[in-house]
Amino acid sequence: MAEMTYLQAISDGLRIEMRRDKRVFVIGEDVGVYGGAFKVTLGFQEEFGPWRVIDSPLSETAIVGGCTGAAIMGMRPVAEMQFADFISCAWDHLVTVAAKQRYRAGTPVPIVVRLPSGGGFSGGPFHSQNPESSFAHIPGIKVVCPATPEDAKGLLITAIEDPNPVLYFEHKHLYRRIKAEVPEERYTVPFGKARVHREGDDLTVVTWGAMVYTADDAAKELEADGVSVEILDLRTLIPWDRKAVLESAQKTSKVLVLHEDTRTGGFGGEIAATIGEEAFEHLDAPIMRIAAPDTPVPFSPPLEKAFIPQVEDVVKGLRELAEY
Amino acid sequence: MATTEAVDVVMPQMGVSVSEGTVTKWLKAEGEQIEADEALLEISTDKVDTEVPSPASGIVTQILVQEGETVEVGTKLAVIGGEAVAAPEAPAEPDAPDPAEAPEAVAQPAESPAPEAAPAGAPEPVRAAAPEPQPAAEPQPAAAAPPDGQQNGKSFVSPVVARIASEHGVDVSSVPGTGRGGRVTKKDILNFVESGGQAAAAAPAPAAPPQEEAPAPVPAAPEPAPAEAPAAPEPAPAPAPAAEAPPPPPPAPSPEPVAATAGEQLEPMTAMRRGIAEHMRRSLDTAAHVTSAIEVDMTRVVAIRDKLKPEYQKTYGVNPTYLIFVARAVVETLKKYPWINGEIRGEQIVTRPWVNLGFAVELADGKGLIVPVVKHSEGLNLLGMAQAVTDIADRARNKKLTPDEVQGGTFTITNPGGYGTFHGTPVISQPQAAILGTYALVKRPWVVQDSFGKDVIAIRPIMNLTLTYDHRLVDGALAGRFLKDLKEALENWDEVSY
Repeated sequence: MAEMTYLQAISDGLRIEMRRDKRVFVIGEDVGVYGGAFKVTLGFQEEFGPWRVIDSPLSETAIVGGCTGAAIMGMRPVAEMQFADFISCAWDHLVTVAAKQRYRAGTPVPIVVRLPSGGGFSGGPFHSQNPESSFAHIPGIKVVCPATPEDAKGLLITAIEDPNPVLYFEHKHLYRRIKAEVPEERYTVPFGKARVHREGDDLTVVTWGAMVYTADDAAKELEADGVSVEILDLRTLIPWDRKAVLESAQKTSKVLVLHEDTRTGGFGGEIAATIGEEAFEHLDAPIMRIAAPDTPVPFSPPLEKAFIPQVEDVVKGLRELAEY
Repeated sequence: MATTEAVDVVMPQMGVSVSEGTVTKWLKAEGEQIEADEALLEISTDKVDTEVPSPASGIVTQILVQEGETVEVGTKLAVIGGEAVAAPEAPAEPDAPDPAEAPEAVAQPAESPAPEAAPAGAPEPVRAAAPEPQPAAEPQPAAAAPPDGQQNGKSFVSPVVARIASEHGVDVSSVPGTGRGGRVTKKDILNFVESGGQAAAAAPAPAAPPQEEAPAPVPAAPEPAPAEAPAAPEPAPAPAPAAEAPPPPPPAPSPEPVAATAGEQLEPMTAMRRGIAEHMRRSLDTAAHVTSAIEVDMTRVVAIRDKLKPEYQKTYGVNPTYLIFVARAVVETLKKYPWINGEIRGEQIVTRPWVNLGFAVELADGKGLIVPVVKHSEGLNLLGMAQAVTDIADRARNKKLTPDEVQGGTFTITNPGGYGTFHGTPVISQPQAAILGTYALVKRPWVVQDSFGKDVIAIRPIMNLTLTYDHRLVDGALAGRFLKDLKEALENWDEVSY
């Protein structure tokens, strides 16, 4: 084991796969000489050379289109979007081609698109979004949202192994803030298997990404009130672990779904609806959602704080549920 | 006749063995007009689900029993006509309200407008002059009054609380609530059940703090305890035991309820499913079941059926199924075997000169079984049998049977062969002595004799028949002879006498 930041764990996973499998290559804006906007691929070009760590033009369409072609020809590309927000430029290639190629032609498209996402540092409306639900809606694409360094590494390796297009949302706010022991050897973390971040009996929080930590801080406050909160970190949204969510809902009968993405059409709605359909007779309170309001992410720090769900928002929601 | 006099609608007696029924759906609300014989509500007993027609024309002035409640036979369910009356009597006693006293109680013209709401539990009906329909009545808990001023009975009951309440037969209004506005939370009801609240809830008294008398702790997780209606004495024994039938053996003590594990789904048993479960268990505990089987060459029946089918369908709109042929042959054969058409009643053996033939019919949703009876089937020829069976099977699937039509069977035929099975061991419908199973008609290589008396193999349509009989009354040799005669009747089908 070694202590790694969330960012180091991503680098580590990527490096292990590149050393192990010559088909794996990296492409993106400034990923080579500069080492990536967040330095995930720092030193990669020195180790693997410019043909496997490719600085691309400023064109997400070209990056994803090139990756799709390379994947169809047998490569295992890992693309980096400098910010997740920019992926909309590559929508057509991802959604129309990559996601449907296997269905149309039987050809696997094993591409991974790394997506630095999330806010909390005044990145403003173009550099802070969490567009996971847009892609969760597209059949043929897998969506991964690790919260811990250990999962960041294991899920990235699983993503590279996976024969489908995988969107890998790495939360920028966790990059250097979250540190933990990570196994040094190669390992995988399965898709579709939630992680119990915290066990509890009275309330359930279903969340992912950076909100796992917000929920955890809130749960500590509730614990002082004598209310025990269970936190499920979904880890992957497509596929998502319905079984774990329904089991926890049946246990506690009160569920809060929490995400940093905006509320309407957010993936939390899908989770809440599923609980309503399949665990209705186990519910003792309305399923609650806490999410960002339906606006762009504000630049101003106080407004951004009001926008992104904060510990005190979650505490308030959990107390309401507990008292219901 | 539109009535200004109040006419009571009571839970009908659905046959001698049924003592209670559940209101499943009101088809009219309070204040609505209804005609005599128009369907007023749907009820469910362990025997049949059926509609109850209105005994009179008029306004539905009162609905006294809410959907989902189970009440004794004779309990007043609703009032048609008369004046709107507040304060229903608590249906505590199973006595059927005497029709003679109803007019006296409510039919007098109102003297003065007195539209105030009567306090719950007022001992006598209060006349309300307001002509407009009352708002739909709140579900009235059977318990006399809400306990100690709490609002529980009126506040929201969450899905999980409703489920736990129904599984444990708990009246939610008797559970002290700690949620918002006094709402009963999941924890409240689990604590209540754990501390023996079930017994307290069944008593009509307002719930005192939960008593400690029940020592067995109940697991905290909701369990699939067999649901029983609150305050119901005991599910009535299901199909048609004779008047002096020995009491069923006491039910085995239920095993410790098991908590549902993840992924398991719980659903409450319907009254029909409870009835089937109780009857199947009781039958196996009562009769000494033995099954014998015989193979029947149906060549002749197939040929006759092919000939009759167009005429039956065109002229009479019925299908001469193989089951009809078997039923017809069974009735004839039973004439020679009165014990197989008989029953054990106490220390005596009952036989009779008629055959009331029951047919096991699967309900359309696949979730239940009912056995309508063709009474006096000894008087029916093949066409009459086809018409009778088509009629009762249709009405069984559409829940239009009358209670009498599932009573009084003397022998039953079940036909699991529709799905291709070739053998089975059905359970006898008590208190009958036997049940015949019919199975799939299958073409088989069959040894027959040619015109020279030599054995040859022919392709023949073969049907297996089983007779499952109560060996207390029917010995194996008797069953064997019955099956042999039945086989011969089918193989040598005589169009004239059948």
